Amino acid sequence: MAVPDSLSHGSIRRRSTIQGALRRRLRLLPVVPSILLLGVFMLAPVAWSFYSSFTNVALSGKAALNPQWLGFDNYARMLTDSVFPLSVWLTVVFVAVSAILGQNALGLAIALLMTRSGGATASLVGTVVVASWILPEIVAAFAAYAYFSQDGTLNQLLGMFGVQGTNWLYAFPMATIVLANVWRGTAFSMLVYRAALSQVPRDVSEAALMDGARGWQRLAFITLPIIRGSIATNLMLITLQTLAVFTLIWVMTAGGPANASTTLPVLAYQEAFKLGDIGYGTAIASILILIGMVFGAVYVRLVRGAKS
Amino acid sequence: MRRPVRIGAALLVAAGLLASAACSAQPQAIGKTVKIVYQKTDSFTALDKVFQDAKQEFEAANAGVTVDLEPIQASDDDYGTKLALAQRSPDTAPDVFYEDTFKVRSDVDAGYLLKLDSQLAAWDEWSKFNESAKAAGRSDDGSIYAVPLGTDTRAIWYNKKVLQKAGIPLPWQPKTWDDILAAARKMKAADPSVIPFSMYAGTGTGEGTVMQSFYELLYGTGSSLYSESDKKWVVGSKGFTDSLQFLKTLYDEKLSVTPADALDSNVWKKVFGQWLPQGKMGATVEGSYAPSFWQKGGSYEWAGYAQDMGVAKFPTQFGQDPGGVSMSGGWTLAVGAKTKSPDLAFKFLTTAVNKKNALAFDINNSQIAVRTDVASDPGYLGANPFVKDVSDLVAVTHYRPATADYPKISLAVQQATEAVITGKQSPAEAAAEYDASVKNLVGDAKTMQK
Repeated sequence: MAVPDSLSHGSIRRRSTIQGALRRRLRLLPVVPSILLLGVFMLAPVAWSFYSSFTNVALSGKAALNPQWLGFDNYARMLTDSVFPLSVWLTVVFVAVSAILGQNALGLAIALLMTRSGGATASLVGTVVVASWILPEIVAAFAAYAYFSQDGTLNQLLGMFGVQGTNWLYAFPMATIVLANVWRGTAFSMLVYRAALSQVPRDVSEAALMDGARGWQRLAFITLPIIRGSIATNLMLITLQTLAVFTLIWVMTAGGPANASTTLPVLAYQEAFKLGDIGYGTAIASILILIGMVFGAVYVRLVRGAKS
Repeated sequence: MRRPVRIGAALLVAAGLLASAACSAQPQAIGKTVKIVYQKTDSFTALDKVFQDAKQEFEAANAGVTVDLEPIQASDDDYGTKLALAQRSPDTAPDVFYEDTFKVRSDVDAGYLLKLDSQLAAWDEWSKFNESAKAAGRSDDGSIYAVPLGTDTRAIWYNKKVLQKAGIPLPWQPKTWDDILAAARKMKAADPSVIPFSMYAGTGTGEGTVMQSFYELLYGTGSSLYSESDKKWVVGSKGFTDSLQFLKTLYDEKLSVTPADALDSNVWKKVFGQWLPQGKMGATVEGSYAPSFWQKGGSYEWAGYAQDMGVAKFPTQFGQDPGGVSMSGGWTLAVGAKTKSPDLAFKFLTTAVNKKNALAFDINNSQIAVRTDVASDPGYLGANPFVKDVSDLVAVTHYRPATADYPKISLAVQQATEAVITGKQSPAEAAAEYDASVKNLVGDAKTMQK
């Protein structure tokens, strides 16, 4: 590692005038309102939700008027709840298959193919992929619902070939929401990887080519290590986005049938708002935040590792 | 060049956020305002009409007062959630609102409803409400917190043409559950494309699943959900398993809609809008308000419903006494506990439930009248051919146990039906899981074997 940036900057800074320091402080001024707003609208609800998870606060009944402090009762209840473990498992499957495997791998593959294809093909493919991403979530969710439902597009297409389709949302709820999330989210990974791949120095690749490295060898030993930082960042972002997916699932299957697609955000919503048990719902939401933090920590380490 | 751009962008974002925060601030009221919150959907506009009329009437009689109508467009479940959320803060709490009877007690506990005893004592029309209906707004402390708008019952609604085609003599009145199955099998044999006898199941239809299906079965076995005398929830009853078994038979033999259709929260729209009018469904269990969808101005207008449809009492399991089962619910109007002008709010409430408005609501929404002067009005009696049939069911009707725990228990019942019709669990397994969840929800001490 070279001399850290901060040291060389620091020596310049010492020489700079007080006026310069003041100017730097002033530069922070414009972001103060947004930091305050983030504090009020993001941090405060998270803190309230965390606090509520230790109480029995409810939408109605005596607990709505005078919530009682429960300690860890809500968390203990998860251990005896039959739906909660299933829900954790479904969340892990949803994130692993739709984000880490689906969006990430497909996004990388499309980005790689685009670097090799002609400009027209690349921009056409890019437009098609990005189209699903720019749709508002509720619109994308309805589109996916309309595609997979009993009288939907998929069954009409199958009908043209004389194949009688089933009700996909009912028969394969997890598969449909995973596919919908891959369809919707791949564009993000593709864009990240397009940008990352354009940073890969051509001469390194060419040198490897001279040394007789095959295509997959160049990908595995040259390209991927160079864009490792981008991969980690992308994984972190899509994992957190996918953990929080609610609208898509709610519109398509509402967590059903018989809880077969109830991921943690859906379960938290059902407990807090359908059953009015805000305390338990926020406890589930807190677990979701914890899972997100664990993933986040792992990826941050990956990014650090990639930089050193 | 880059830095000014970045600072500019940050400023823009900050300004945007500030602007959006400023927009959400409440506009200052000029004079006095009464805020009314109620439900309105594309198939439920009867109440909206009543409130529009009441607003005009009330504003004309009370100069300087503005009535602020805030309809919520949502299903029954979501309406309840949004209303409860609004009531958590005095800034958003309504002055007068539309409240489901089964939530009254729980919301009184939550401190959302204003006690109306003193206002009602001074209101001369309160004596026009029948006594059993008044109980809908009474809380555990004996005080009245809500004024009923109307009530309802549930019955079997059948399409005469479909039954005729299967050779079933009319008028049809099944005496036992087996009579229902026998008739349904006949209809299926006569025309395999019809849905012979559909009953709701699963969590998709929410309270509809229990009110218009499961409770008709359960209360006809001699069992019940809750023992009012012991104040305990019933677990481990044979009636519960038998009821699940009956649903399983309907769904397994394809006498009902497909499980996939049953789980769609909009399935009732197809029942009222397509299947029954088009003669694709033999019969179903639905509320006394069914004609409100088909009559003129309803969301699924069907001129022939008066001739083609018939009503039958839902039978008990083996025909035991009292020979039929029905369930009743209904909605009320209540005054918010956090209202700044309780007298004005109550005055508006009385305008909305006066004879003229109550009559219009009961006719347009096919409700069973709770005001004696409306019940004897020729306009009400002649509103549709089924008024007498469904009103008679009050004799065999049951009410939900409206405790604060009820919504969770109801969901556990819905989940049990869903597990059975999707084949995930056998009736015995689903009943055992229901028992376990009830004990988990309310504690062992509040359950009993029966």
